[in-house]
Amino acid sequence: MAGERPTCLQLTGIGKRFPGVVALAGVDFDLRQGEIHALLGENGAGKSTLIKVMTGVYTADDGTVDLNGKQYAFKTPQEAVNAGISTVYQEVNLLPNLSIAENICLGREAKGAFGIKWNDVRARAVKALARLDLKLDVKAPLSSLSIALQQMVAIARALDVSAKVLVLDEPTSSLDAHEVEQLFATMRKLREEGLGIIFVTHFLDQVYAVSDRITILRNGQKIGVWNASELPRLELVSQMIGRDAAVLESQGTASLTTETSTPFLTFEGVGRKGAIEGVQLNIGPGQVMGFAGLLGSGRSETVRLIFGADTKDSGNFLLDGRTIQRFNQRKAILSGIGLCPEDRKKEGVFPELSIRENILVVYQAKRGWLRKLSLPKQKQMAGALAKDLGVHPPDIERPIQFLSGGNQQKALLARWMAVEPRLLLLDEPTRGIDVGAKFEIMSLVSKQREEGRSFVFVSSELTEVVRTCQSVLVMRDRKAIKTLTGKEITEDSIIHAIAEDSK
Amino acid sequence: MSRANLQAKLPVMITAVVFLALYLGAGLHFDNFLTLRVFFNQFSTNSFLGIVAVGMTFVILTGGIDLSVGSMIGCTSIMAASLMKFHHVHPLVGLGIPLLFGILIGYTQGVLVAKFSLPPFLVTLAGLFFCRGVALFISQETLNIEDEFFKKSLSEVSFHITDKATVSVPSIIFILVVAVGMFVSLRTPFGRNVFAIGGNRQSAELMGLPVRKTLIGVYTLSGFLGALGGAVFTIFTSSGNATSATGLELDAIAAAVIGGTLLSGGYGSVFGTLLGVGILGVVQTAIAFDGNLNSWWTKIVIGALLMAFMLVQKGIERAATRKVTV
Amino acid sequence: MKKLPPWGWAVIVLLLVLLFNLVKTPGFFEFHVRDGRIYGSLIDILNRATPVLLLSLGMTLVIATGGVDLSVGAVMAMTGATAACLIAQPTNSPLSSINVHQSIPQIIVISLFVALLCGTFNGMLVSWLGLQPIVATLLLMVAGRGIAQLLSNGQIITFQFPAFQAIGNGGTLGLPNPMWIGVIVACLFGLLVRGTALGLFVSAVGSNPIAAKNSGINPGRVKMVAYVLTALCAGIAGIIGTADIQAADATNAGLNLELDAILAVSVGGTFSNSGRFSIFGSVVGAILMQTLTTTILTRGVSADATLIIKAIVVVTVCLLQSPEFRNLFSKLGSFVPKKSGGVA
Repeated sequence: MAGERPTCLQLTGIGKRFPGVVALAGVDFDLRQGEIHALLGENGAGKSTLIKVMTGVYTADDGTVDLNGKQYAFKTPQEAVNAGISTVYQEVNLLPNLSIAENICLGREAKGAFGIKWNDVRARAVKALARLDLKLDVKAPLSSLSIALQQMVAIARALDVSAKVLVLDEPTSSLDAHEVEQLFATMRKLREEGLGIIFVTHFLDQVYAVSDRITILRNGQKIGVWNASELPRLELVSQMIGRDAAVLESQGTASLTTETSTPFLTFEGVGRKGAIEGVQLNIGPGQVMGFAGLLGSGRSETVRLIFGADTKDSGNFLLDGRTIQRFNQRKAILSGIGLCPEDRKKEGVFPELSIRENILVVYQAKRGWLRKLSLPKQKQMAGALAKDLGVHPPDIERPIQFLSGGNQQKALLARWMAVEPRLLLLDEPTRGIDVGAKFEIMSLVSKQREEGRSFVFVSSELTEVVRTCQSVLVMRDRKAIKTLTGKEITEDSIIHAIAEDSK
Repeated sequence: MSRANLQAKLPVMITAVVFLALYLGAGLHFDNFLTLRVFFNQFSTNSFLGIVAVGMTFVILTGGIDLSVGSMIGCTSIMAASLMKFHHVHPLVGLGIPLLFGILIGYTQGVLVAKFSLPPFLVTLAGLFFCRGVALFISQETLNIEDEFFKKSLSEVSFHITDKATVSVPSIIFILVVAVGMFVSLRTPFGRNVFAIGGNRQSAELMGLPVRKTLIGVYTLSGFLGALGGAVFTIFTSSGNATSATGLELDAIAAAVIGGTLLSGGYGSVFGTLLGVGILGVVQTAIAFDGNLNSWWTKIVIGALLMAFMLVQKGIERAATRKVTV
Repeated sequence: MKKLPPWGWAVIVLLLVLLFNLVKTPGFFEFHVRDGRIYGSLIDILNRATPVLLLSLGMTLVIATGGVDLSVGAVMAMTGATAACLIAQPTNSPLSSINVHQSIPQIIVISLFVALLCGTFNGMLVSWLGLQPIVATLLLMVAGRGIAQLLSNGQIITFQFPAFQAIGNGGTLGLPNPMWIGVIVACLFGLLVRGTALGLFVSAVGSNPIAAKNSGINPGRVKMVAYVLTALCAGIAGIIGTADIQAADATNAGLNLELDAILAVSVGGTFSNSGRFSIFGSVVGAILMQTLTTTILTRGVSADATLIIKAIVVVTVCLLQSPEFRNLFSKLGSFVPKKSGGVA
């Protein structure tokens, strides 16, 4: 139905490189007037980079951006806004301390002899909200609204500048089902008005609920563009995940030995509001448990609960047969649990500190501050661990920030190997690192498992999950939905479990 | 919804209640406290503090801090006094040149903070040293100003409200600064950008607001108001002294915080700061009225007040975040 | 080109100032012995640098963990007043009920206990209540001086107690005692950050508090230790100051020294949240500050110029360390390949 509508935004051959990483390579993308175009891809696929290029946060290294036939090279977000591309980001990028009216009109207030004409500003805000069928007290501070309504205010602000293109970057990640429905109604209304909407999300139900067309990115490349009605759900998931993309030999699943070791860690219906619900799991020695599901399905949230970074608010958490009420990272580490976090940079590495210090910090924290490991011993121990894990370059006195992602990850693994945890939580350990390093990390997990160490393995790459795990917990939309074990674990079964329509 | 409005206004309301309670309490306790004369004298004696506190409020609203304002007063007052005494310039020129100096220093600090991302406390600390150094360099003695025009039209002028209560030039400037400060903060894009930066600097940038320019403007404003405070101080004391107003930056910060301005930025008001200055003034006057209480009690009471207000702010902040997460 | 260590600029500037003196100030590097004591400009600099040196040792750790302690001057005043009151026993001081019978160890222990309380108070406000360090320590900066005046009842407490005075103006092995104390405390700090894992923990908390928590470190406790140590250093500086002038002046003791200490630490290459700190750099920074002061004084320039020069030196050194400033320069000389600071 949207077939003959004119194209409003055309991106051609967009390329963007960061030091050591090619984020986008020759990506094309087009958006028509009056369509909702879903942009999909797993983390690191390049969709946020693409969004940032078209909204002026980044400047592309290659390629062109055309809006209604005119070519642009945005240098600031403001230029993109002025040209007619407005963005609503995942975290609401508004100002909680100011009123709703101001959040809509800030930066373009009507001014008179006595300063800002607040009455005009408010009237304008009321009008902008009315376009979305919303009636709010615009004098109230933004912080008084629910996240969903704040999201609407952000859209109202975006539309207030006569936008031609509206980019919604994961707008639904913190909304509940009813709020999502409200947002969709608004999106459909705006589509009827002829606006082109780019919709980034990782909830598949939502993709099919509103989108006209779908573009999928993977590893910085465009995989394809489909009409939403012509792309079956199963096909979509495998395109996103890239089943055939793994260079690792894909045959051979994990050996099924020690299937029934006695669990030392048990979750009985554990949940945390807004993060994950109903997790059942048992982890015993020598087990690798996989967490599968799309980004945002609750995988990392579950990992955080096990590590004590967040506190559960429902269910039972048993460790060595004892019920755990209050847990924190230090207690987790002392009871032999370690974590390689998903966001290495934010939660894992100490960028300015040396590789040696980064490797030994947990070991030292466990020993206590008084019993410092002597420098020769540190060098010996960190050096040996770095060598074991193949950290390159081998100069362990270099600040870790100068290492590639893969080597940083290996150093983080070395950090945990130093304290020999019995359970190591690996949250996307292979993301953003090269194939060689991926392979080394995978074989390390297999080897260590045979020695009795347990792992929780979170990965979007199903090949890896299938190869490594004895049991897989599948999550979708912040719920644990299914546990697969042994022979049930195949890529197809996981994809089916993820893609299953929840209705 | 009204609850959220209340939450934003609560700190100022608490401050207002405390101010009234202190004022009335002191009035009941001491004879002659509740007179217009004492009331208007408060404006005079606290005029320079109030003026720099307004500038400080803007800086804190952006999430920064300006430690240089106290020594800016010392510096500009001695500069003005020496210009008038030794160089015999016209008082308006003598007061004007220090104002330009204040703008220049403030602008420099703003550039260092906004453009080179140096921490505000470090930059303005260096500013504090610089200004005090310049002040002592100019003269270490107290310079009395004998200029006729200066005396006749500025320092000795007062307008009678009643036969005992008078309003001085410093009080008028103070009230004007507060009024303009309120207008700027509430009704100009610059003022709203200040709030926006304090609310969330990143969001403000994404919304396309001129963040750097505003930051530079805020430090320039604070530098200017520091210098204006110095001019008022000169008028108030009819003299210049390089070491005057030492540590005043802390009183200014205290006034802003007591007035409900959140140190993390984004929340607060010039009116609240006026109340904060009022509370500090009442405490000082009351302790002076008492005669038995020693002057150090002022510091201890101000410290205790500051702590109490910070704890209240923290409590409100925590209650707010809890409401959001649940 | 090898990268300069964080304290590199401070050492370079210090050497330049010394070189300047070598050429321009006759007798700057001379020593002479009188009554078994060694005298000379350099000894004098080290002796006078001691209070700021002591303060900047603790301040290094506080700044490294992302904080700042404005209360050290007031803590000096409080400990000084406590010590003086314990010795002089003025009638209307709240401390007059404590009689330690001129026992120096007791005087020192009680005075340092006051400092310890202050440090714990600061640490609690910062790490438990989560107040911004600037304001949390501002509290004690304002109220602390009031408490010091309360302790001494607003008077300058003078005393005659030669054994105690020796702490501030006596000498040992020909060198002034404060200098010895400074050296010993600096060595203790060196030992503390090098010999224990505290240094690593401080770096970790400063570099990435979330990662520190994920590594089993308790950032709150590390910060607490930093504030307590800083207050103890301030306490020692306060005792030295009081012993030196045989009096406690609650109004002026340690006034503005917090600023000197912060500047010394910054010049020494320790920056908030950089994960890197240098005790050595702070020692150099403190000595640099005093060397500048002494140089200016011996050149016959008015002492006030020191403040101006200090401000300019500090801003310059900090600018040199600022990435934005360096970028500006690498942009100006755009043919110089820009060294990227790791993955952006």
